[in-house]
Parts: sequence; C-alpha cells; structure tokens
Amino acid sequence: MKLNALFNRSLWVYHFNSGSCNGCEIEIVATLTPRYDPERFGIKLVGSPRHADVMLVTGPVVHRMKDRLLRVYQQIPDPKLVMCIGACGISGGVFYDSYNLDGPVDEVIPVDVYVPGCPPRPEAIIHGVVKALEKLERLEGVKA
Amino acid sequence: MSGEAKKAPYRVPIGPNHPALKEPVMFTFEMEGEVVKDVDFAPGQAHRGIEWMGMRRNPVQIVHLTDRICGICGVVHSLSFSLAVEQIAGIEVPERADYIRAIVHEFERIQSHLLWAGVAAHELGFDSLLHLTWRVREEAMDVIENLTGNRVNYGIVQVGGVRRDIVPEQHPVIEKCLATYEGLLDTLLSFFLDDRTIQMRCRDVGVLSRRDALELCTVGPTARASGVNVDLRQDYPYAAYGDLDVKAILPERHLGETHGDVYDRIVVRLLEVGQSCQIIRQCLSEMPAGPVTAEEKLVKLLATCKKATGEGIGRVEAPRGECLHYVRMEGKDSPASWKVKASSYSNLMSWIPMLRGSQIADIPIIVASIDPCLSCTDRVAIVQDNRRSILSKDDLHRLSVEKTRRLQG
Repeated sequence: MKLNALFNRSLWVYHFNSGSCNGCEIEIVATLTPRYDPERFGIKLVGSPRHADVMLVTGPVVHRMKDRLLRVYQQIPDPKLVMCIGACGISGGVFYDSYNLDGPVDEVIPVDVYVPGCPPRPEAIIHGVVKALEKLERLEGVKA
Repeated sequence: MSGEAKKAPYRVPIGPNHPALKEPVMFTFEMEGEVVKDVDFAPGQAHRGIEWMGMRRNPVQIVHLTDRICGICGVVHSLSFSLAVEQIAGIEVPERADYIRAIVHEFERIQSHLLWAGVAAHELGFDSLLHLTWRVREEAMDVIENLTGNRVNYGIVQVGGVRRDIVPEQHPVIEKCLATYEGLLDTLLSFFLDDRTIQMRCRDVGVLSRRDALELCTVGPTARASGVNVDLRQDYPYAAYGDLDVKAILPERHLGETHGDVYDRIVVRLLEVGQSCQIIRQCLSEMPAGPVTAEEKLVKLLATCKKATGEGIGRVEAPRGECLHYVRMEGKDSPASWKVKASSYSNLMSWIPMLRGSQIADIPIIVASIDPCLSCTDRVAIVQDNRRSILSKDDLHRLSVEKTRRLQG
C-alpha cells in the first residue's frame, strides 16, 4: 500500500448509535485514544454528520432510530461511506428475534464495510477504516 | 428555531443524537437566558426488548444475552442474573468461583471508572486528560482480556460458576497491573482534584442534596457522593464480598465534607479505583483452591434449571450502583418472567434536580456525572408525547387520589 497516495486526505468519521449495547462505542473510542492513535493519519471523530466522510453505525437499528439513521445518512455529503460495526448491525446478532428491530443496518441504508465482532477489537475497526479508505479513493478515482 | 420571535423561556431540544451524548436520549430544556429553568428527558431510544427475548431462551443462553445488555458493565448483569437463577435452582457456587467473579467484577469497576473519568474530562473540554486516562485504562483491558478472553462482553460468568479459572501464571500479570494503578492513583487524583479548571467547573455544580438522593432512590457513586452510605458490597454482600472488608467510599471520609456536586462524584469514583485494587489483591491472596463451576456439563445444568420453580433476585453493586435482576421460573426451559433494573434507571431522575438552575454550558458534565448507561436502562419503550410524562411524587399522588375517586364513582 502506498501511504502517500492513499492518505492524500484525512478521513473524518461520524459515529451513530442505533441502539447498541455500548460495547462497540467504547471500542470505537478506545480505537481513537493513544494506544492505537489513528489521529496521526488524520482520522478523527467529528460531531456533525455534515463534516464526515465515513459513518460508523453500531447497533441493530431499533424501531425508533430508523428514521434518525436515514436522516443522518442523508446529511452526510457525497462521496460517503458507511461502516457497520459489530455483529448486531450486520445480522441482528444476539438480538436477532427482537420485536423492536428495523435492522440490520443494510436494510435501512447501504453499507460499504462490515466489521464483525461482538464487539470488534480496535485493530479490526482500524482494518475496516483502511478498507473504507481504499474504497473512498477508488470512488474518487485516485490511483493507489 | 423558526423565524418568529420567541420570548423566554426558550425550549432547547438536545438529542436523541447529539455529539455531547454518547447514547441516544432526548432532552428538552426550558431556558431563560443561560439558565436551565426546567428539563425533561425521554429515554427508551435504545430499547431492544431484551427481557422479551430472554423469556424465549433458556438460562444458559440468556447469560450471553445479559452480557450484551450493556457493553461497559456486562459482568454485572450476567452475575446478577446467575445469582437469581442459582437461588431458584438451589445451585451451590464453588467458593473459588465466587472469588474469580469478584476479581473480574472489580476489574470491570476499574475500567468503567477510568472510562468515566476520561469522558468527564472530555465533557469539560480537557481532552488531553481524556487521552491520558484512556491510555491507562488499556492496562485493565489487557488484564481483562488475559483473564476472560475478551476485552468487552467477557462471557466469563455462567450459571453455577465461572467459565475460566485464574491460573498461577496469571497472578504476576494481575499484580503488575495493580501495582501500575496504585502508583498512578496519586497522579490521577492530583490531575483531577488539584486542577484549578476542574475545581472551577465541578465544585458546587450539579448539586444533589442528600435528601434528594434518598427521595429519588439514587444508587451507587452518585448516591455516595451525596453522602448516602450505600454499597451493596458492604450492606448485602454477594459472591466473595462477605469475606472481604469493603467500606463504602464517602466524600466526607476523605475530604471532610460533602457537597454532593460533580467534584464529589469524581472523588468517589477515583478512590474506588484504589479500593478495587485492594479488593483484587485480597481476593488473590485468599482465593481457595477447588473447582470453578458447580456443574461442568451444560446439558445437566440445563436440566437442573428446567426443573426449578420459584423466584429469585440477584443484586449486584455495578460501577454505577445497584443492579437488580428478578427471575421467575415455572419448570420450563425459559423463565416465566425476567425483570432487569439497571443502576442508571434509578439514577436518571436525579438529573432533574441537578440540572434545574444550572447553566447551559454545564449540561454535558452534569449529564455525564451520574455515568448514565442508557443501553442498560431502556428496558421499556416509553411513549412520551407531552411534557406531563415525567411526574413528581406529588403528581403521582394526586393522580392516584383522582383515580381512586373516579373508581369510587
């Protein structure tokens, strides 16, 4: 991987909790803190979807969050990527038979990168971001 | 805000998704200038129907579901559920398992309190402290991973004991981590307590009086910071805590006075990190030899659970306060009834007296100061469409009297 070409821009992520158990949330924050420190590559968490390139979705999309998920998704400028973090967003996970789910995530919004795990390790999340980065560069037509 | 001019009080909605909130919850603030006049909140945005799902699964499966009620205090829920089921089925937990449960439980408290301290620093705008506390938190995560195999959602507790033993080779790993924290504690305390900015932002902010804390049934560090002497490990010992000497950490024992403010909540939580280190050390030295589970064969365990009838209650002192599981079994695979009362559920109401009269800038730290965990709390989907949905005790009393009169005709 050619670092310079791929990291030609910094990647800002926005985190959306769609009814998760918090396990993925703390692993996302753990990913951003000094042990792993992805901020040296310009990857950081932003508070507004309008500033974001990547949306991290955690949780199985409970009924009340579906509409908000759609609205937040529409607020992110193009080109955008969606990363689905955690088993419950991918398939429902342990919550598969709940009556209150409108998910999994890819039935509500299109998902580009899936990071499995309950919750995924910080290394797995970073790996997912790298995959997302490659896809974003491809969408923008930047040669790696 | 629409174009028409509005007079005070303004209504400021925050949430359910907001950068200052880590989890979905909807706040409505009524503001006059910078001052919060009134506040209302609507939890229930992360409701997944866990109890409903639990009543369709057997106790061995439910333990894994309880882990995922909350990612931060997973062992708390699985432990109190297991305590309830063991009580019903009459399963005797081996003593060694009790000690291992206590050790993992205390490590969870350490990581949860450090996590909270980082979030609190972040809410104050002190991001370097967030990064420092989260860096030292990783030490506890490493040990938890070493002991249980997972960083989060440990899955170590099972009905009748624990899934893994702590072998002698793991003792030095734990010992090293404890020594690190004991060495760091003074530094952390001076960072948080002697810092002028933190003192200015936290002293006498978000005050919860002892009376309010008692009336609102507040639990855990939030109650202790208001001077209420409650700690399940001291009052109703479970697991190995009966053999250990645990005293509730109260601010007046260490500072000589109780304010019941955000600062006191920081003091209580940081001192509890030190206390947890001592408890783990004591557990390690006093841990008896023996099996770690009452029944190794899951099929046999399931058969025992299936035959059981009765009700049981498991109460555990979570990092956020008392966590209660009520289970009723009626001789079937799955429980006939399962109710979870997470610690944050008891604490959420204390937001209202804390936030009333505070400044808009203090909202994030006050909201964070009770260490809310909404994924724990959202047991019931609450339909709230008008402001009257949060009722004071007087309102409830009035409504109750009205209903009685109505029923009397």
